[in-house]
Amino acid sequence: MWEYTDKVKEHFLNPRNVGVIEDADGVGEVGSLACGDALTLYLKLDENRLIADAKFQTFGCASAIASSSALTEIIKGLSLEDAKKITNDDIANYLGGLPKEKMHCSVMGRDALEKAIVNYLGEAQKKVEGQVVCECFGVTNLEIQRAVRENELTTIEDVTDYVKAGGGCGNCHEQIQEIIDEFLGRERPAVKKPPRLTNIQKIKLIEETLEREIKPALKKDGGDIELVDVDRNRVLVKLRGTCAVCAKSQITLKHYVESKLRELVTPDLVVEEVQS
Amino acid sequence: MSVIYVDNNATTQVAPEVLKEILPYFNEFYGNPSSMHSFGGQVGRKLLEARANVAALIGAAPEEIIFTGCGTESDSTAIWAAIRSYPDKKHIITSRVEHPAIKNLFEYLSKNGYRVTFVPVDRQGHLDLDYLYKNLSDDTAIASIMWANNESGVIFPVEEISRAVKEHGVVFHTDAVQAVGKIPIDLKNIDVDMLSLSGHKFHGPKGIGALYVRKGTKFFPFLIGGHQEGGRRGGTENVTAIIGLGKASQLAADHLEKDITRVKELRDKLENELLKRVPKAFINGDHKNRLPNTTSIAFEYVEGESILLMMDEFGICASSGSACTSGSLEPSHVLRAMGVPFTAAHGSIRFSLSVYNTKEEIDFIIEKLPPIIKRLRAMSPFWKEQKSAS
Repeated sequence: MWEYTDKVKEHFLNPRNVGVIEDADGVGEVGSLACGDALTLYLKLDENRLIADAKFQTFGCASAIASSSALTEIIKGLSLEDAKKITNDDIANYLGGLPKEKMHCSVMGRDALEKAIVNYLGEAQKKVEGQVVCECFGVTNLEIQRAVRENELTTIEDVTDYVKAGGGCGNCHEQIQEIIDEFLGRERPAVKKPPRLTNIQKIKLIEETLEREIKPALKKDGGDIELVDVDRNRVLVKLRGTCAVCAKSQITLKHYVESKLRELVTPDLVVEEVQS
Repeated sequence: MSVIYVDNNATTQVAPEVLKEILPYFNEFYGNPSSMHSFGGQVGRKLLEARANVAALIGAAPEEIIFTGCGTESDSTAIWAAIRSYPDKKHIITSRVEHPAIKNLFEYLSKNGYRVTFVPVDRQGHLDLDYLYKNLSDDTAIASIMWANNESGVIFPVEEISRAVKEHGVVFHTDAVQAVGKIPIDLKNIDVDMLSLSGHKFHGPKGIGALYVRKGTKFFPFLIGGHQEGGRRGGTENVTAIIGLGKASQLAADHLEKDITRVKELRDKLENELLKRVPKAFINGDHKNRLPNTTSIAFEYVEGESILLMMDEFGICASSGSACTSGSLEPSHVLRAMGVPFTAAHGSIRFSLSVYNTKEEIDFIIEKLPPIIKRLRAMSPFWKEQKSAS
C-alpha cells in the first residue's frame, strides 16, 4: 500500500473543482487511457487576466486525482505570469509530498497547466517536439531532458518516476541513460586537472593537510587522527580519542577527512580506518 | 469499521481450528522433531500426521511431500531440480500468465543460457495448447504450467497438458498455489511430476509451502543441509506452520465440496449484481472454467487504485490489476497477455472470496461499489466522451 499523506487522501476523497467549464478560456489535456492517467484542465480568466476559476477532470490513481485537485486550488486567483511559474514540486509540496513513484502525477498537473495557458494565449499548440524516446508512453527526449534538468534526476528509475519514460518494455533505457549522462556531463564543473604528484609529494601533502586542516578540527571534538600508511590512493588512518568510540566515526571519516584530502591533495584518494 | 475481506487469492485468514492445533507447539511441545528423546519424538509424529493430511488432499503419498518455506520456494526447487537433473537440456517452457515466482525465474534463466518459450493465452485466458506441444522437444528440461491463474481464476487443463508433456518425455511441474484447497485435485489420475502449493492460500499459516515430487522423479535439493525432509530440503522443520498446513489440508479435504458450492454462489451473486448495476463492466477471462471463488471485473474508464482506495473507506479489501497499485506503470502481465484493452485493464478489480464471507458482506459490496464507479467516472475525462459518442 502506498504511504499517502493525509492531505493526498483528503484531496482524493474530496477533490476540489471537479468538472468542466463550458466557456473556458484555456483548456489543457495531457495523458491517455493507455498510459493509465489523464487530466483535462479548464481555466476561466477575469478582466484582469487573473485565473477566476479552474476545473478538472482526471482519470487515474488517487495521487493523480489529488494532484489535479491541488493544482486547481493553487492556481485560482493567480495571474497568468505567476501561474506559469508553478512547478511540479509546488503541487507535490502542497500535498505534503508524494511517493517517489508517483511524482509523475505532479508533472502531469504542471503539463496540463502549461497547455491550458498556451491554449488561452492562442499560441499555436506546439507540435510534438523532439523525438519520441519511450514508445510505450510516448515521451520525447525534450520532456525527459526537462525532467532531468528541473528535478536533478540521476537514474533511469528517477526518470520513470517523474515522466514514466522507461516504465514499459525497457527498450529505451540506453537512450534515457545517454540523456542523463549528457546532462550530468554538461552540468558537472570542469574538473581541474590536478598536478601530478610524486609519491613522496603526495604523502607529504597528506601529512601536512592532516596536521594543518583535519587534526585541529577533530581535536575540537576531543578526537584525533594518525596517519598509518599510504598505499597508492588508499589513505590508512587510525582514529583516537572520542573519534575511535564514536558511532559516527565512519561518517566523520568518509565525509570530512576524505573530502578535505580530496580537495587539498588529489581527488582520487580513499580514506580507510585501520583498527588499532 | 469492520473489514470485508474479499482478497483471498492474496492471502487468507488462518482457520480457528488451525490456530488451535498450532498453539501448543510453540511453548508446550516445542521439541525438535529430529531429537532422540520422546519429547521431540512426539513432535516428529505430529509432523507425520500433517504430511499425511497434505498428501491426502492432493491424492499423493506422504513421502512424495516436501515441506518448504513458501510457494515460491516450492517453484524454485522444482525448476532447479529439473535443470540440474538434466544439465544438457537447454530449453524450458512456461505460460505468459504465470505468477512472478515462475515468470521471473524463467526470465532470469533466459538471460543465463536457456532458451525459454512463453506460451500465449487468448482473450478468454485459455492457453494455446498447440503452441505448447509444438515447442516441446528432446532439449526441453521442464515444462511448468500453473493449475489456475491467480488474477483471472482461469483453470488450465492440467490433465491434458500433463499427458502431452509426458509423451514427449519432458518433466512437468505445475504451480497449483491458487488451486489447492479451492478445487479438487487428485494426482492419482494425473501425471504431474512436481506440484507447488502454499499454506496461507487456504487458511493455513504464512511461511509454509509444499512441493509434491512424484516417486521416481529425478530430484536435486534447493537447500542443501541436514537430513530433514529425507535430505531433500535441509533446515529444521517449521513445526507449527507444518502442523497448521496439515490441519488446513484436512479441513479443505473434509469440506471442499460443500464450500465450493457456497463460495461459488456468493461469487456469482456479486458478479451478476455488479454487472447488472454498473454499465460498461465485464468479466476478464472464461466465465465457466474458473476458480469458484475468483472474479476479475473490468470497469471501463476508471482506474483501479482509485476504486480500491474508495472501497477501503468502507473496509472492503480487494485487489487490482492496475499499474498504479503495484508501482509499475503497466497493467498486470496477465491482463495484457489476455489482450484486455487498456481502457479496461487499468480498471480491473479482482474479488477473491473465501468460505468466511457472508451474504451480508456481498450485499454490502453490491450496495457500495456502483456509486464509487459512478463517482470516479463522473471525474474521468474519457467517460464524457464515451457518453456523447454513444
